[in-house]
Amino acid sequence: MEKFTTFSAIVAPLDRANVDTDAIIPKQFLKSIKRTGFGPNLFDEWRYEDVGQPDSDNSQRPLRKDFVLNQARYQGAKILLARENFGCGSSREHAPWALKDFGFDVIISPSFADIFFNNSFKNGILPIILDEKTVDDLFNETFETEGYELKINLAEQKIVKPNGDEIAFDVDSFRKHCLLNGLDDIGLTLEHAAEIEAFEANRKATKPWLY
Amino acid sequence: MAGKTLYDKLWDDHVVRQEEDGTALIYIDRQLLHEVTSPQAFEGLRIAGRKPWRIEANLATCDHNVPTTELKGGAETIEDPISRIQVVTLGMNTKEFGITEFGMGDPRQGIVHVVGPEEGKTLPGSTLVCGDSHTATHGALGALAHGIGTSEVEHVLATQCLIQKKMKNMLVKVDGQLKPGVTPKDVILAIIGKIGTAGGTGYAIEFGGQVFRDMSIEGRMTVCNMAIEGGARVGLVAVDDKTVEYVKGRPFAPTGANWDMAVEAWQDLHSDDDAEFDCVVEMNGADIEPQVSWGTSPEMVLGVDGVIPDPEKEADPVKATSIRNALKYMGLAAGTAIKDIPAEYIFIGSCTNSRIEDLRAAAEVLKGRKISDKVELAIAVPGSGLVKEQAEAEGLDKIFIEAGFEWRNPGCSMCLAMNADRLPSGKHCASTSNRNFEGRQGAGGRTHLVSPEMAAAAAVEGHFVDVRDML
Repeated sequence: MEKFTTFSAIVAPLDRANVDTDAIIPKQFLKSIKRTGFGPNLFDEWRYEDVGQPDSDNSQRPLRKDFVLNQARYQGAKILLARENFGCGSSREHAPWALKDFGFDVIISPSFADIFFNNSFKNGILPIILDEKTVDDLFNETFETEGYELKINLAEQKIVKPNGDEIAFDVDSFRKHCLLNGLDDIGLTLEHAAEIEAFEANRKATKPWLY
Repeated sequence: MAGKTLYDKLWDDHVVRQEEDGTALIYIDRQLLHEVTSPQAFEGLRIAGRKPWRIEANLATCDHNVPTTELKGGAETIEDPISRIQVVTLGMNTKEFGITEFGMGDPRQGIVHVVGPEEGKTLPGSTLVCGDSHTATHGALGALAHGIGTSEVEHVLATQCLIQKKMKNMLVKVDGQLKPGVTPKDVILAIIGKIGTAGGTGYAIEFGGQVFRDMSIEGRMTVCNMAIEGGARVGLVAVDDKTVEYVKGRPFAPTGANWDMAVEAWQDLHSDDDAEFDCVVEMNGADIEPQVSWGTSPEMVLGVDGVIPDPEKEADPVKATSIRNALKYMGLAAGTAIKDIPAEYIFIGSCTNSRIEDLRAAAEVLKGRKISDKVELAIAVPGSGLVKEQAEAEGLDKIFIEAGFEWRNPGCSMCLAMNADRLPSGKHCASTSNRNFEGRQGAGGRTHLVSPEMAAAAAVEGHFVDVRDML
């Protein structure tokens, strides 16, 4: 995984609550056995006029001009601004894969569904939880100002607005460490292999019916 | 010190190590695998040159992509090339790594959350994960079970552990008695209607109270299955005699002295009387009516006598927008009675409602009746090959077929339309599945979540009705 560094980028506002993972990446695209290439089908049903299939040539498909990601002013966005309970529903990791593949590195929302929140960190996406008022203000500022950018500084856990105002955010220290250093969870866990083996041996002795 | 909740006990029993910030390494006893969320995990193992930590902890089956019409052979005969590649890939991966798979044509194949408990792979007191959010189902047996993403599937394959932080405890207590014709599905839909789709986020929910004590194990599975639709990854019910009786004699269940030891240990799998929950929600079972969802989120649900809400009367602007979007997508107007919504497609199946008791309940309504001319397609899809065999032994298949249903082979089917079973755009479906999201059952399809009994009743009338008028 690549290291997560400080950056500034355009913000795309997705003004809907309870955005589910079926909407983020519809099921017909889950059939790929790879982790990459899902970006063109991110929010497929909202983004295109027609119903997409895995073998469709996406460059030839008619776009829904009113959908946020199709508007010229939000091209190149790396930060997605969302409403409450973002990422609910299916556990498909294809959802963060699609967001990442499209170019999003940060999602800001008042709340996230648990499994999606967890999956995001494993794929180099930083989900940031801010209170509803702050998120609402960010929506208004993004709508009002074309080219609205935010600076994301994970090391110092702050967002910097164009006017210099700063918003602090919380992040789990272990997950922050993994993102900043681009660490692979499995490698970290296997450093404790002896402890896992000891735990398992004890379990076999005390709960043999599980083995 | 306060006593422990069931979740506390299960958590404590599986902590391998814990960091100061609360991040813990949790031991996983069982993993279930299916074709959609596992290919990238196996690929990850192969690239890193890793082997599964404990092969026999895993069990695989194919469900999301399998056709439910008559099989022509194994996975290689699936017509859709992209479905075929996933199912074939699961077969190759499980063979390469030595993991048991119930493949197409095996009578034990079926929906992963039906197969696990049916085979006795799901045991009380164990931790069980699967790359599918409906893994909460297995909590009905007092197992700590939840859905994970593909990176975590790989993590569990490689290390038999997960990196986790402990969730908070919620108790949903439903006392009293359900009225006749009110089912476990209605109970969980009513709970989601009350707490909302994010109400359980960050919590493990324990379902307690008389209603769940009285409920069958299969009913408890229906309830726990949809905990995730209330935002909670984990749903749990305390172990009792019914749980033990359910597990006894199943293929992977313990036997002999091991069985006696296990049953003894399982007696402690309930919350202590003085356990403290971070949140308690109470409801009276007698107040719950048969439920029908009307919108595009499971919290958009009403009793069958209800009327669709008016977004103009919703004070919260975010909620008002959600209602407006939902009504537009569903082609419904505020003020419409639930009973005036047409039911053009009927789907009885899914990991929520495809077990033998579900099929019996629907057949009871359909016996001696015919589906309405207004219904374009009605399908009954058993959750596994073994459920299908049992239903056929009881003659349920004949009741469905005589009523005008198609009797299908096991799989996820029209719950999520990754296979050939899809709800066409603009059509309303009475569905026993778990999600009514936009496009979930097929692009543009309009899902209404109901119990098997309510789906059968809607099939007979061609629109939503109160099944209690037909019992």
